[in-house]
Amino acid sequence: MEIKVMHQVMEWNEDVSEKVRAVLREKRVCLVNVMGSPGAGKTSLLTALIARLRGTFSIGVIEGDIAGQIDAEKIAALEIPAAQLDTDGACHIEAMSIQNLLPAFDLDALDVLFVENVGNLVCPAEFDIGENFRLTLLSVPEGDDKVAKYPLMFTDTDCLVVTKCDVLPYFSFDKERVAADYRAVNPEGPLFCVSTKTGDGMEALVAHLSARIREALA
Amino acid sequence: MHELTITQNILKIVLDAVKGQKARRVKAVRLLVGPFSGVIPECVQMYWDVLAKGTCAEGAKIESREAPMRVHCRDCGKDGEITHRRIACPYCGSVHLQRLSGRECTVESLEVE
Repeated sequence: MEIKVMHQVMEWNEDVSEKVRAVLREKRVCLVNVMGSPGAGKTSLLTALIARLRGTFSIGVIEGDIAGQIDAEKIAALEIPAAQLDTDGACHIEAMSIQNLLPAFDLDALDVLFVENVGNLVCPAEFDIGENFRLTLLSVPEGDDKVAKYPLMFTDTDCLVVTKCDVLPYFSFDKERVAADYRAVNPEGPLFCVSTKTGDGMEALVAHLSARIREALA
Repeated sequence: MHELTITQNILKIVLDAVKGQKARRVKAVRLLVGPFSGVIPECVQMYWDVLAKGTCAEGAKIESREAPMRVHCRDCGKDGEITHRRIACPYCGSVHLQRLSGRECTVESLEVE
């Protein structure tokens, strides 16, 4: 005998992400989901962004990692509210974890909450965590074929940031190929090339993000 | 590895669905899986074999079929279906596509006895 079910499996995560979004909307906090491979430079970019945005916005950070506190310690050293989310082996962050961590922050005092997702170019893209927008990083040493090989991460993002552009002369990394592959899966998505080491490109990225954050807080 | 939580949820959906029914045993669980859902049915089966132990769904077979992905072509304006093997508009070949579906994972039906 057959029983018809027709039940969406991911509904639980979608439900919770909507709740997170509603809470943050009420508290006027913009949630930014930062994603990219291990070593893409997520923590370095966050550190560089915080230095440039903290004069304008009040910022908090959730550091998602499979194990350890290394990134949370780096962020806490900046003396901004930070919480470590230890996923205990899981390859991504789910909305439920964000919901559980929100009480760790004084949301009335925050404008922006960055979530540094687990270093992974696959799974995090599949889980909405209640974010206002997504930032995806691709570092030059990872190679210029990654947009074509991991399309979802680049399709479902609001902004692609190519990091470590100061090492471009030493890698056969074709920026045009990345731009073309990105346009194919995400025609409207903006692309920025930056180096947190030299500061190149950061100004344009900061201007873009500031506008998006203001939009979300309006 | 994210299939663990997904499988826990599928199991809950299945056990809820058979509650109050006359079914003694769930023989198969049919999933409709979008090509961008990130759900690997073989992984679900592996977790299932562990998680469903001791329930009426123990030993059930996970059967899946891939949902077609619907896209809107930004060049010719038509809606069509594609597979992940050829990501291009079926009418004009353009790759300027907007995804309309493909991330869904749905429990369609159960085979019970």
